[in-house]
Amino acid sequence: MREKATIMDARQVDRALARIAHEIVERNHGTDGLVLIGIRSRGVPLAEALAAKIESFEGTAVPTGSVDITLYRDDLSQIAPNPVVQATELPFALENLVVVLVDDVLFTGRTIRAALDALVDYGRPRAIQLAVLVDRGHRELPIRADYVGKNVPTARREVVQVRCKEIDGEDSVVMMETDDEAGARAAGAKGGS
Amino acid sequence: MSKLLLEGGRIVDPSRGFDEVADLLIEDGRIAAIGDRLDAAGAEVIDAAGLVVAPGFIDMHVHLREPGQEYKETVATGTAAAAAGGFTGVACMPNTMPVNDNRAVTELIIERAEEVGAVPVYPIGCVSVGQQGEALAEIGELVAGGCVAVSDDGYPVATAELMRRALEYTQMFDVPVIEHCEDLSLSRKAPMNEGRVSTALGLKGHPTAAEDIIVARDIALAELTGGRLHCAHVSSAGAVRMIRDAKARGVDVTCEVTPHHFTLTDEAVRTFDTNTKMNPPLRNQADVDAVLEGLADGTIDAIASDHAPHHADEKALEFDLAPFGIIGLETAVPLAIDRLLHGGQVTLPRLVELLAVNPARILGLQVGGLAEGDAANVTVLDLERIAKVDAASFASKARNTPFHGRKLKGWPVLTIVAGKVVWKARETVAERWRG
Amino acid sequence: MGKTKDAPPPAAAAPEPPAAEALLSEEQPSASLKHKDLLGIEHLDADEIRLILATAGHFKEISRRAIKKVPALRGKTVINLFFEPSTRTRTSFEIAAKRLSADTQSISASTSAVVKGETLIDTARNIEAMFPDILVIRHSFPGAAHVLARNCRAAVINAGDGAHEHPTQALLDALTIREKKGKIEGLRVVIFGDIAHSRVARSNIHCLRKLGAQVVVAAPPTFLPHDVESLGVEAHRRLEPALEGADVVMALRIQLERGGKLSFPSSREYFNLFGLNRERLALAKPDAIVMHPGPMNRGVEIASDVADGPASVILEQVSNGLAVRMAVLYLLAGSGATRNVEAAA
Repeated sequence: MREKATIMDARQVDRALARIAHEIVERNHGTDGLVLIGIRSRGVPLAEALAAKIESFEGTAVPTGSVDITLYRDDLSQIAPNPVVQATELPFALENLVVVLVDDVLFTGRTIRAALDALVDYGRPRAIQLAVLVDRGHRELPIRADYVGKNVPTARREVVQVRCKEIDGEDSVVMMETDDEAGARAAGAKGGS
Repeated sequence: MSKLLLEGGRIVDPSRGFDEVADLLIEDGRIAAIGDRLDAAGAEVIDAAGLVVAPGFIDMHVHLREPGQEYKETVATGTAAAAAGGFTGVACMPNTMPVNDNRAVTELIIERAEEVGAVPVYPIGCVSVGQQGEALAEIGELVAGGCVAVSDDGYPVATAELMRRALEYTQMFDVPVIEHCEDLSLSRKAPMNEGRVSTALGLKGHPTAAEDIIVARDIALAELTGGRLHCAHVSSAGAVRMIRDAKARGVDVTCEVTPHHFTLTDEAVRTFDTNTKMNPPLRNQADVDAVLEGLADGTIDAIASDHAPHHADEKALEFDLAPFGIIGLETAVPLAIDRLLHGGQVTLPRLVELLAVNPARILGLQVGGLAEGDAANVTVLDLERIAKVDAASFASKARNTPFHGRKLKGWPVLTIVAGKVVWKARETVAERWRG
Repeated sequence: MGKTKDAPPPAAAAPEPPAAEALLSEEQPSASLKHKDLLGIEHLDADEIRLILATAGHFKEISRRAIKKVPALRGKTVINLFFEPSTRTRTSFEIAAKRLSADTQSISASTSAVVKGETLIDTARNIEAMFPDILVIRHSFPGAAHVLARNCRAAVINAGDGAHEHPTQALLDALTIREKKGKIEGLRVVIFGDIAHSRVARSNIHCLRKLGAQVVVAAPPTFLPHDVESLGVEAHRRLEPALEGADVVMALRIQLERGGKLSFPSSREYFNLFGLNRERLALAKPDAIVMHPGPMNRGVEIASDVADGPASVILEQVSNGLAVRMAVLYLLAGSGATRNVEAAA
């Protein structure tokens, strides 16, 4: 796969996160009873970034956690081998909390459905809200985000990749294409974008 | 007056020191002439150029399972397997049901062989009644009925005293006592050799000491009595060494080895394939090396397959539960040629001694040579033929062999008994037939 | 962006247990096991072992939740074939399967058709006709799991085949050691008892060696198999020299009924010569841990006060056993997906 275009650079990502952080605090009238839970893998650094931003303007530390949805995927019986399981770290009981789930890209909605199932097995939060950096459309389930960094219309077969400094060395959002598509596009044939 | 001419083969007859390319003429079941450009008017002619013509091979350790266990093998299928393996005769062990401890069973086996056997059968009778190890069987009657040796094979002769008596008694009939050398209290029904592999697999181990103990016992008894001892399926370095020393001292002891004991080691058991389970078990490399040395230096007299057919269901069990034994009639000769002759361990005349001359001599059979007037039992070999062992096409009823799929060089192509071709290899021989 | 939580915390000083080293190699860890079955540790490589241990570590957390269940194996069928009696291993596998939402059924030999003379292969084939995804087998003969694996489509887990292997035991032992000691590489691990008849010993020897530990066995000569050093261990015929400097001491269960009085005269003599009591344990390192696969013969291979003492991690072994079995079920169930579809076609 190759990079086709940069959708957001590091500064745009930073501004979007700052806005989302303010929106979260505004909607919830403060930070009481609020936790941010990142969906592995890239939802986790995003959740931490949001927590840091909230702390910087509100002065309060919002607890963060992470959830791994591998065991809750709805496609385990179709793929082989089973994917690598990673850690779920929820150092707080969920009862009476408002959970803001954080993920990098919202696409079909199946990842969020799995995350909701996982959280419900841990406890019963007062509410669950969803924050994503990019919403690229093509929902297959009735799921919607409460907070969106950027809406990016895409074709189904395009790939939107969020990169985080902690994992990928930089903060950005890029559009990827397969080598076939790149070749077809270069040859002037219809397709892509 | 049926005539068969084998033209231009390499005739190897070690009992007369003969090893030359020549023609062999068979008439009325006997060797009529050996030489060049023989008068073969009216004869069936087989072009044997490039092939070896040897006295018919004898497998002196075979389990035919009839009477009583015909679902595993019968005299008919077992002798067909023998012929397909290049053997012109087999000696069959007495552990049938009932055991061959009386003349009636001996005569039954011989009758069956005459009716349906592809090759002659030479029965071996029991040493003890019922193979129970308590009393001598009627060995005189057994020999009169046609037995060529006695053995309690499957088990050692139970006590030193009984073995002593057997070695003394058989001197009246000049037949050997063939001993299965295993100290049962030491081997304890262990399914494989005791060694690194049994340690790694967690299986009980059968140490070579169990074989050596009985070999030592019986050599001492042979020395004491002057009787004729033949050690079956020798597998341990200790046994080879003791037999070599005993022969040097003049003890009347002979021995045989199976092809699997000079080809495989206990490493073959690591997959838990029950076709690697037999008694004595596959040993380690040092034992195999000692066996090869014994074959080369004359300590070992004969190759015998210990053909032990079992039904597929019986072998499809957990390793501990599966019965001991593998078949061997249709793989013995190619394994011997491939491993020993092409492997440089023995010469061709020595190989023929191991497979024909010595077994015949030990059992007192009037075969094993190709002199004029001898019975025309002939084994023809193609030393260069390369083929894979195909168990599915075996004449035997059984399929329990670890050698399926193995590529071997050197195969029998023709088996002749009393002047009649009882088996020919499908591939090679068609073009060679004339007349 | 903010500080990441993904890197493991730096090693802390005592009293916390040392932090775990990075479990998996630098590159992307292998995402699956290489074979369809788990027949033994011998055919696993170190990466596969680390994958199982890492996965098991994550599964431990499930057993501490209020709802001890995840849907990962929903719709899968796990059949336990126990031809040898066992309560704890069988229960462990049953609960492991249930916590993954699989359907599970246990069949024990005394109630099965085996009593009627049915062969192992026939028993397995009859069960296969109901399309199980995973078969767990415990049997008293080595190689029994291999027979099943060769003849069945389902994935086969060896829960103990005679004296040959008991892979999930070795894996849970490795997980326990890693948790308590922070690592396995370079540790001196002593296994003592009836090594010759022990599948736990064999599997542990393979597992610990592949992870870089130094393995020492100690047993009276009648309990040592032929040429035991060929397994890559240091062997002693008395316990005391083996224990010097040991980080881990693993006691095996002695069953005099099996070897018979020909191998060892009595339990009393065994305890006098080989029993792990406090005096002997003092020869090991001060922070050495004591392990036992269970069930214990108190006063035979291990003194009660050692079994219940501060060095003992025997109960942790049991809870780790559940996590390891969940991990193994999860990893083997995944590779089966496409195969069952093909089989049905």
